[in-house]
Amino acid sequence: MKKKVEELLLVENIQLNHDNFKLVLQAPTKLPQMFPGQFVNLEIKKATEIFLRRPFSVLDVDYENNTFSLLVKILGRGSRVLTTYRAGDKISVIFPLGSRFTLPEEDDKVLLVGGGSGVAPMLFLAKICDLKPEKVHVIIGARSIEDHIDVASYKAHGNYYFTTEDGSLGEKGFVTHHPVFSEQLSSFDKVYTCGPDLMMKAVAKAAAEKLVFCEASLENMMACGFGVCLCCVEKTVDGNQCVCTDGPVFNINKLTW
Amino acid sequence: MVDLRVRIKDLVFKNPVLTASGTCGFGEEIADFIDLSKLGGVVMKGTTLKPRQGNDYPRMAETPSGMLNAVGLQNKGVDNFIQNIYPNIKDIDSRFIVNVNGSTIEEYVELTERINELDKIPAIELNISCPNVKEGGMAFGVSCPSAEAVVRAVRKVYDKPLIVKLSPNVTDISEIAKAVEGQGADSVSLVNTFLGMAVDANSRKPVLSTITGGLSGPAIKPIALRMVWQVYNSVKIPIIGMGGIMNATDAIEFLIAGASAVQVGTAIFIDPTIPIQIVDGIEDYLKINNVQSVNELIGSLQI
Repeated sequence: MKKKVEELLLVENIQLNHDNFKLVLQAPTKLPQMFPGQFVNLEIKKATEIFLRRPFSVLDVDYENNTFSLLVKILGRGSRVLTTYRAGDKISVIFPLGSRFTLPEEDDKVLLVGGGSGVAPMLFLAKICDLKPEKVHVIIGARSIEDHIDVASYKAHGNYYFTTEDGSLGEKGFVTHHPVFSEQLSSFDKVYTCGPDLMMKAVAKAAAEKLVFCEASLENMMACGFGVCLCCVEKTVDGNQCVCTDGPVFNINKLTW
Repeated sequence: MVDLRVRIKDLVFKNPVLTASGTCGFGEEIADFIDLSKLGGVVMKGTTLKPRQGNDYPRMAETPSGMLNAVGLQNKGVDNFIQNIYPNIKDIDSRFIVNVNGSTIEEYVELTERINELDKIPAIELNISCPNVKEGGMAFGVSCPSAEAVVRAVRKVYDKPLIVKLSPNVTDISEIAKAVEGQGADSVSLVNTFLGMAVDANSRKPVLSTITGGLSGPAIKPIALRMVWQVYNSVKIPIIGMGGIMNATDAIEFLIAGASAVQVGTAIFIDPTIPIQIVDGIEDYLKINNVQSVNELIGSLQI
């Protein structure tokens, strides 16, 4: 799919919790097909001190209305300023970028493990993977109940489980402590993960031990997003590769974790 | 009709806007966004004889009006370039220039000889200014004798236009420019990045894996402009100016200060269509100001 730079219209900015927002952007031209794992790179012009674009993975696409949405979690100055944008604002976006998760095959049973802003591609994947809901299991981890976002609108697409470090919602502990993960991992055909490095590494390690297919979507810092700055590299079995173009989705067997 | 063509030795560029090495891959990476044949030229990613993995992650830090990078010349080597990249770019109607790097003079010479065999590569940019490698790179570009030695050796094996990319991390850049001109360089391009660093106050650790890196972006523009002007007053060979150019006005300022052409680098990360916007913007400027040829701008600073 050809990448492009386009001015998109922000049609909605919905606050989901204390630090998560859903931004809905509309394109003036027909949206290309976008897949879970792929991301877009936004210019945040409102604050001149934010020099580089910020990458966000796609949460959902509505081809009928020519819109897509992003989950923006406030992590620093760039994301904070972005959440102050209002409907009607224009944002320059480079898209679609990066690789996608391998879609499951018919009859696959899949486990999706997300945390932080990595929840976005997991929800997107659960929605479009076209499996019977009983075959789709999603574990979402956060520090505490107030860090979780409401996923009620996604529940038709699978079974959702939650973990919190303080036990305020779902299972106490990390995503890997949830019994669906710790006791049933071998029963899954494919495991997908996106979120903080430590979380993904723990998921990948367990999946590798059980010889379960596993893909992780990485979040390395990048300057360009389309493979020219070579700043976002990850060590792989084939040497340093760009997370923005060779990834962000990597099979864990390719990583040197 | 205004004339945008500029010349380095006998090599004509259709306009004075080139993309800078390390910011546009080999051209192909930005071909989704722009028509490469509309560019004056493409200076491709720094190439070495053997593949290089570059430095460890993290290699980048955003800074006020700019960024630090510490990529360290990651590239797949000249064999890969000749086999897998050259065939795709050789028929594109622009000027594709190879940015030549080495750890030793012998490596620079050998790589130049390999590139010399490629008919559709009309010039090389000799990079004696990379701040992110342990051996070679900037070490050659910060003293007159070492800069002279590399250029002298490469000049012996290369007859096409030889551009030498200079480091700003020196006491007097015009002395280095004069030194390489004296050894037969046909042009100098300046500036490469400024050596800088970023510290994480929370962890008290350096942000970059290499501790120091190269600063680029609008933050360096006034210094780069000053250096272009100083070099323009010191040498006769044409200058390719760069450093924080984000729009046509920035580019025109470099031409006025003495650059015959410009390179657009870090701006591409923000918006890969900027180089074309600059070509169009320079054309508009010439029309509005009734200037027939872009060459009339070069060094036209009114003092």
